[in-house]
Amino acid sequence: MAQILDLKTAVAELVRDGDQVALEGFTHLIPFAAGHEIIRQKRRDLTLIRLTPDLIYDQLIGAGCASKLVFSWGGNPGVGSLHRLRDAVEHGWPRPLELDEHEHAGMAARYAAGASHLPFGILRGYLGTELPQHNPSVKFIECPFTGERLAAVPAIRPDVTIIHAQKADRRGNVQMWGVVGVQKEAVLAAKRSIVTVEEIVDDLNAPPNATVLPTWVIGAVCEVKRGAFPSYALGYYHRNNAFYKQWDAIARERASFEAWIDRHVLGTPDFAAFLRSLKPEEAHA
Amino acid sequence: MPETTYTTDEMMTIAAARMVRNGASCFVGIGLPSAAANLARLTHAPDAVLIYESGTIGTKPTVLPLSIGDGELAETADAVVSLVEIFTYWLQGGRIDLGFLGAAQIDKFANINSTVVGDYLTPSVRLPGAGGAPAIAASCGEVLITLRHSKRAMVPKVDFITSGGHLDGGDSRARMRFPGKGPTAVITDLGILTPDAISKELTLTSVHPGVSIEKVVDATGWPLKVAAEVRTTAPPTETELKVLRELQERTARAHAAS
Repeated sequence: MAQILDLKTAVAELVRDGDQVALEGFTHLIPFAAGHEIIRQKRRDLTLIRLTPDLIYDQLIGAGCASKLVFSWGGNPGVGSLHRLRDAVEHGWPRPLELDEHEHAGMAARYAAGASHLPFGILRGYLGTELPQHNPSVKFIECPFTGERLAAVPAIRPDVTIIHAQKADRRGNVQMWGVVGVQKEAVLAAKRSIVTVEEIVDDLNAPPNATVLPTWVIGAVCEVKRGAFPSYALGYYHRNNAFYKQWDAIARERASFEAWIDRHVLGTPDFAAFLRSLKPEEAHA
Repeated sequence: MPETTYTTDEMMTIAAARMVRNGASCFVGIGLPSAAANLARLTHAPDAVLIYESGTIGTKPTVLPLSIGDGELAETADAVVSLVEIFTYWLQGGRIDLGFLGAAQIDKFANINSTVVGDYLTPSVRLPGAGGAPAIAASCGEVLITLRHSKRAMVPKVDFITSGGHLDGGDSRARMRFPGKGPTAVITDLGILTPDAISKELTLTSVHPGVSIEKVVDATGWPLKVAAEVRTTAPPTETELKVLRELQERTARAHAAS
């Protein structure tokens, strides 16, 4: 059974220094509130796992929380570079960042293998790309039935997976909809998990076949309204594209990034205060 | 008839859009490919099935998405599936006719680099990386690439092959048993390059109106092969321009408001 906790307590109890941490959510439902809480609690030496690092990992990397990144596409969608990620890779600031770099199809296969408790995933992938020449975690095997050459990638088993979803009931059953990415696989692959939700309700009223994670596979459920800002929660608020564009200037220089993190994340007690700290035109959705 | 004016970017997007067949299932990258694929859907290819790697199948956005998983894509899709499903059942399953990719850098065999400039471990520029592109480039029936023409973007050999085009040329793709036949056209703001039937080297086959062959050759980072007969791309029609501009105006308004 999931515990219903406040986010500060959940992160304090379930995220530890040195952990392999997956904060998933493909463009949609990105768990920003939880990422900020990890920064506030000054977790260090994390291996961050995520297909698309997005702004959330740019913030965690720039704040010095990470020593390794497992990923497949590290940009600011539709805008350009993640400057904190680039600074860590190109200049080792604020600390060097080891990369375990894949293609999306490979990361999806790694999570699916993790959820299945299989040792590796297979796919018709990594064809023609030079990634395997630089990444020893991509191997090739022969199909025992047809002889076809296929890629093999090791399962991902995060110490803790954190996702954001639309809602949970009071027992901690979680429902999400829209672009659901790899969140289900990432939770099932993990040893521990935290789900932040827009709201906790008496009854999910979920139709058959809805994407529901049952309470007994989840560690903690935390209600955090607008907890995916500046990404979005379908049915609750839109993606704040303007913030994604503004982030380019905030993160471009170390000083402007540090000032932003100090003021808006380290200088606020929780996500509600973070949202209040933004100018009204930045925070509306 | 009054002379219609248009930008080189508009010509590029329109020329790229024309290559989307009506009814084709099309796996769409963000940015230039997304604009072209949606223009095709709104003009000559209303039955094209647009698929984005966020798992949105048969999506019909009224404004262009900024990200690959904007809510607009989910809300206007025929179906939304998980990432595991989109990459296995749909892409690796061989169900997609056309992959439509952008690129930071390509070489003369249409290999795409979106990973690093310079050495992998000590890059001078770290680019975003692969995303879904290697699987799209390998598995779709064919691939279109669209990017702006420059010596920096069109290099003899990319520093890093992120997504395989025709690799070393010739039959190298077939020898590696790629499911799809790879890039069939590169559409830029100056013209259209297509791979030679035998060598697979990109060859200039069409220049956009007002663009000289010399200009395209000068903007290419390798000695560009020029077809015996180079066509001139048909200029944008009034309808194409009108639909593209309306789409981009709607998009700008929507993004400014969010």
